[in-house]
Amino acid sequence: MLMKSKSPGEQIEQLLRDYCHALDEGQVDRWTGFFLDDAVYQITTRENIAANYPLGIINCQGRGMMEDRIKALQTANIFESHTYCHVTGPLDVREEFEGRHTVRSNFVVYRTMYTGQAELFASGKYLDVVDTSSGAALFAERIVVIDSRCIDTLLVYPL
Amino acid sequence: MHSAHTCPAVAPSIPSAKAQPPEDFRWPEGGVSRVPFQVFSDPAIYAMEQERIFRGPVWHYLCMELEVGKRGDIKTTWLGETPIIVTRDADGIVHAMINRCAHKGALVCLKDRDNRESLTCVYHAWNYGLDGRLKTVAFQNGLRGKGGMPEDFDPSRHRLEPLRVEVYCGMVFGTYSAETEPLHDFLGDSTRAFMERNMKHPLKILGVHSQMIHNNWKLYAENVRDSYHATLLHTFYTTFKVNRLDMDGGIVLSDKKWHHISYSKRATLQAAAEYKEANVHSAKFDSDLEGPELLKAWEGFDDGITHSIQTVFPTLVMQLTLNSLAVRFFVPRGVDKTELFWVFLGYETDTPEQEHMRVMQGNLTGAAGLVALEDGCINSFVQRGTATSPDRAAFIEMGGRVAESNESSRATEAAVRGFWHGYRNIMGF
Repeated sequence: MLMKSKSPGEQIEQLLRDYCHALDEGQVDRWTGFFLDDAVYQITTRENIAANYPLGIINCQGRGMMEDRIKALQTANIFESHTYCHVTGPLDVREEFEGRHTVRSNFVVYRTMYTGQAELFASGKYLDVVDTSSGAALFAERIVVIDSRCIDTLLVYPL
Repeated sequence: MHSAHTCPAVAPSIPSAKAQPPEDFRWPEGGVSRVPFQVFSDPAIYAMEQERIFRGPVWHYLCMELEVGKRGDIKTTWLGETPIIVTRDADGIVHAMINRCAHKGALVCLKDRDNRESLTCVYHAWNYGLDGRLKTVAFQNGLRGKGGMPEDFDPSRHRLEPLRVEVYCGMVFGTYSAETEPLHDFLGDSTRAFMERNMKHPLKILGVHSQMIHNNWKLYAENVRDSYHATLLHTFYTTFKVNRLDMDGGIVLSDKKWHHISYSKRATLQAAAEYKEANVHSAKFDSDLEGPELLKAWEGFDDGITHSIQTVFPTLVMQLTLNSLAVRFFVPRGVDKTELFWVFLGYETDTPEQEHMRVMQGNLTGAAGLVALEDGCINSFVQRGTATSPDRAAFIEMGGRVAESNESSRATEAAVRGFWHGYRNIMGF
């Protein structure tokens, strides 16, 4: 649990760090816990954003849909096991109104699959709305915009 | 809509050195119910396919008509491995041509999409009309009376190599061959009727992306015709009763068996004991959705069909899963690599609520599709399993040994056999 004594900026940094470390350690159970109940999580491409197309690669409206996705990948979907390594850039944080911040950061994700080799899987930017009003930072929105239009093989775990 | 360019002024030249199959290659006994693994990994067969299928007497999907909706629109795409330009000229006519300058062979169009009055090669500024005809050559007459092209240089004898084009159901099709039958006949009655059901509406694009899959292109062509696997591998389908073999449904093969339609009717589910008895992996996951709005849908048609996959030989797929309408097409990128493109669609007449439902159902398919992401890796499992055993063959006898329609069951590989029927026919195997 995050302590109230931390500044909003520190809380946001910790949220983004914990998020990446949870996914990179394979702790997908923790993933939905980084979001507000009615949060939006999307993965789309630079091309879709530029063309103003509403349909990307993943679109979860609310934590229920995120939980379904995690349950599906844990119990239903079939794929070869693999791991992620997130590397993120510095944050650009702006407070929009009390307790709500827009945050932009760049990322790359390396994926290690059955070949045993780590390969660059995705690069892009996180466009986040982070809520710190409850004293613990949580995502109200995380839009993941990847640079490539092309996904290698498949995309199972959230980015 | 505007008509398409149908009769090229210059027929593309046919390569004189015909690609040949490897000398020891022979299709095994058993006809279309056996597929030699060699066809998935042999570079010589792959080269032959480029010639006989992709440059042969077959219609190929090139792009959505919407992508060249306005005069001057330019879209680049591929036919097999060959880079292609599709344009709409100032008269509204759609053209397609090889993206290769008549001078040195450089790519002429570099962008995915563009809008221009003409096409100019960046290398030496040769300039072409949107119909591919050469208009001007830089320094044709040299400078200050020196240099320039020979006096007998005739621009009308040089152009971007054209394809024959037809536009149908919002899609642009092209073919190299002057011998290809009209698209109407190539598709056949049953294929056209179902394409018109789903696609003959004012379309709009809702989203696009692609997947690089690590397998020969024909493994994906089989995969989308394989109604046997769909509800076994794709757990999500079965669990949430989007598509199961114990719903009413069937397989319709086109007259020539090259194309197919697989459909099911969700309202007719009568849970069959076989799903439990066979200990089917995909029947184990039986909990409800936390976010049920994922599957919110409306009945768009009055024929009861709620799920359909339709193929057009060789590399076009149309899906309507609940309301999720999409075109998929796949491009060979080498003998063991294929790029699978997804174009998610709606109708211009959709209400905002309907569009929202289509967008949410977009979660079901695509590179991260809850019901279909397995197809990104399953064909690679076959590629890796077969690559070292070219002398062995697949055994494809579910539902019989012939390629015939089956309107009572989808526990059949009839459409897969239909693909191989067409493939052997055109390849001469």
